[in-house]
Amino acid sequence: MTGEERVTATGKRIGRVAREYATQQAREAANGKPEAPAAPRSPVPAGARSAALPPRGTPIIEVEDIGKSYGRVIALREVTTSVKAGEVTCVLGDNGAGKSTFIKILAGAHQHTEGRFVVDGEERHLSNPRDALALGIATVYQDLAVVPLMPVWRNFFLGSEPVKGIWPARRMDIEFMKQTTRKELLAMGIDLRDVDQPIGTLSGGERQCVAIARAVYFGARVLILDEPTAALGVKQSGVVLRYIAKARERGLGVVFITHNPHHAYPVGDRFMLLRRGRSMGDFPKSGLSLADLTSMMAGGAELESLAHELERSMGASSDVVEELMADVEGEKR
Amino acid sequence: MTATAVADERLARVSPVNRALKRPEVGALIAALAIFVFFAVTTDTFATPAGASTWLQTSSTIGIMAVAVALLMIGGEFDLSAGVMTGFTGLVVGVLTTQYGLNIWVAVLVSLALALCVGFVNGLLVIKTGLPSFIVTLGTFFVLQGIDVAGTKTLIGQVAIQGMKKVPYYDQPHAIFGSTISIGDLALRVSVLWWIAVAAVATWILLRTRVGNWIFAVGGAAHSSRQVGVPVGNTKIGLFMATAGCGWLVGMLLLFNTSTVQAGTGVSQEFIYIICAVVGGCLMTGGYGSAIGAAFGALIYGMANQGIVYAGWDSNWLKAFLGAMLLIAVLLNEWVRKRAEETR
Repeated sequence: MTGEERVTATGKRIGRVAREYATQQAREAANGKPEAPAAPRSPVPAGARSAALPPRGTPIIEVEDIGKSYGRVIALREVTTSVKAGEVTCVLGDNGAGKSTFIKILAGAHQHTEGRFVVDGEERHLSNPRDALALGIATVYQDLAVVPLMPVWRNFFLGSEPVKGIWPARRMDIEFMKQTTRKELLAMGIDLRDVDQPIGTLSGGERQCVAIARAVYFGARVLILDEPTAALGVKQSGVVLRYIAKARERGLGVVFITHNPHHAYPVGDRFMLLRRGRSMGDFPKSGLSLADLTSMMAGGAELESLAHELERSMGASSDVVEELMADVEGEKR
Repeated sequence: MTATAVADERLARVSPVNRALKRPEVGALIAALAIFVFFAVTTDTFATPAGASTWLQTSSTIGIMAVAVALLMIGGEFDLSAGVMTGFTGLVVGVLTTQYGLNIWVAVLVSLALALCVGFVNGLLVIKTGLPSFIVTLGTFFVLQGIDVAGTKTLIGQVAIQGMKKVPYYDQPHAIFGSTISIGDLALRVSVLWWIAVAAVATWILLRTRVGNWIFAVGGAAHSSRQVGVPVGNTKIGLFMATAGCGWLVGMLLLFNTSTVQAGTGVSQEFIYIICAVVGGCLMTGGYGSAIGAAFGALIYGMANQGIVYAGWDSNWLKAFLGAMLLIAVLLNEWVRKRAEETR
């Protein structure tokens, strides 16, 4: 069993859930059931967004001292943070810091081996991505899962196409698909000229945003974004950041994974730093400046603790310690 | 939301003609019209009802297969066994009825079941092994070709089916697969109607149904489609089975039209189908193309095939013509794809 095959199976299951929902959705529309503009839609029978988004600031996901080991290898340990409705939790860390292990736990692709994983106040053990999706936790991976040659609207509903009519005349509800795509993208602040254009003609940032809008439409309450700005230029990154802010405004909880503090700081409400599989702390924005964040990313905290350690053993007046302290201060500025 | 109702002001108004020019099949349509006009002007018989019924018939059997192969190609796969399948299915019916006295309808259904099995095996091998379908179906192509010739010789001692017309109830399937409908002077083979029906259904499936969406997706980006829950394996296996099913249909059309079938029927036709699909706008790499375009591609083939005869040229020119068409089409399609994929 390779990892790829596992993804295949779970991908199929996710699709099935979403498809069933889409069919039901289309049927309701066909029955002329009036659709309130604010009516939340959910692909999830358990009723993720149908229970409406919780009020701003309500914790949706809380993790406490969560950890993951593969046999003897400890990939992640003692990580504590929370994701609240209407807030952006940034997960920062360098390559190999454990970011992907952490999001795979949140996304249900891996199970945690230590600590508590609480969703809506209830402790959970997610066994696959479908479980996560059923709780309204959707992940947008870096490759975005779009088909470049297909029009935007076909991509938006791919795998979950709403249908109408009775077999053999059952067909996609194209009008509904096009309108919804346009409407949902507009709600995310993406104003497309033409939803009929192949998605490959969109810029990288726009494609990212379509993937985000798709996850939101299909019932996400928590969006996990895996390095959405990593492959983008400065301007495109700005576009994506604006959509992250937009998702927050809509009341979603967002987990934003990045290694760039300059991307994280403007949109983040809470910052969790990872280093070598350990959490370096979980800070609300009020307790942290961009300089703090940057210096922590650059190893400032380690430097600081080293300085304090030396201070204890060598005395504050030591030249070495004084120099180190100056360095730490300098990094913070 | 008002913005959804009105056309976006940033889009220049595009005339229906310009919009149509962007469809993948438009090149084939224009080429077909040009070839029709050319032979209609240069030869006497081409545009007469008698002439038309001949080239329509040629186009129809090729066209049914080209449409199926086009769907498969959009789904990102090839089927080289498609040609020999048309002979294989006919031979199965012929041998079972003339040699073993099986009821003709049962034989027809057995033949369909066998064809679908071969399609299923083709699809399953491609999905499970991850090998290119080109190699897998090249294998089934040769296996079927061997069975066709050796099997037929062993079972009936010759390489062609004889005595089909004496089989009880021959008239019934003949009416469905081999009859001729006269409309004025035009003697229309029923295979032409099958061709139109297959092209129409395939186009509808491709553009209007969920399965059609999946066909484009699995050919365009299989991994991404899998991530969003498209049943990639089932879609591809279904396409292989549909191609084999169309092979069976054409096998029946050929058998009941001529009341005989040779052991070598269909061999080397598989490339003609692929050429028609590509001329019709399908990308060799999958994810883009048109079913109706493949039908136009087959029409081009049928008209050129017959037109060259009416014009009194050496019929080998057909090959050169097909090759040139293929090259032009591939270049055109590549250009279309690059334009569609390029980032603005």
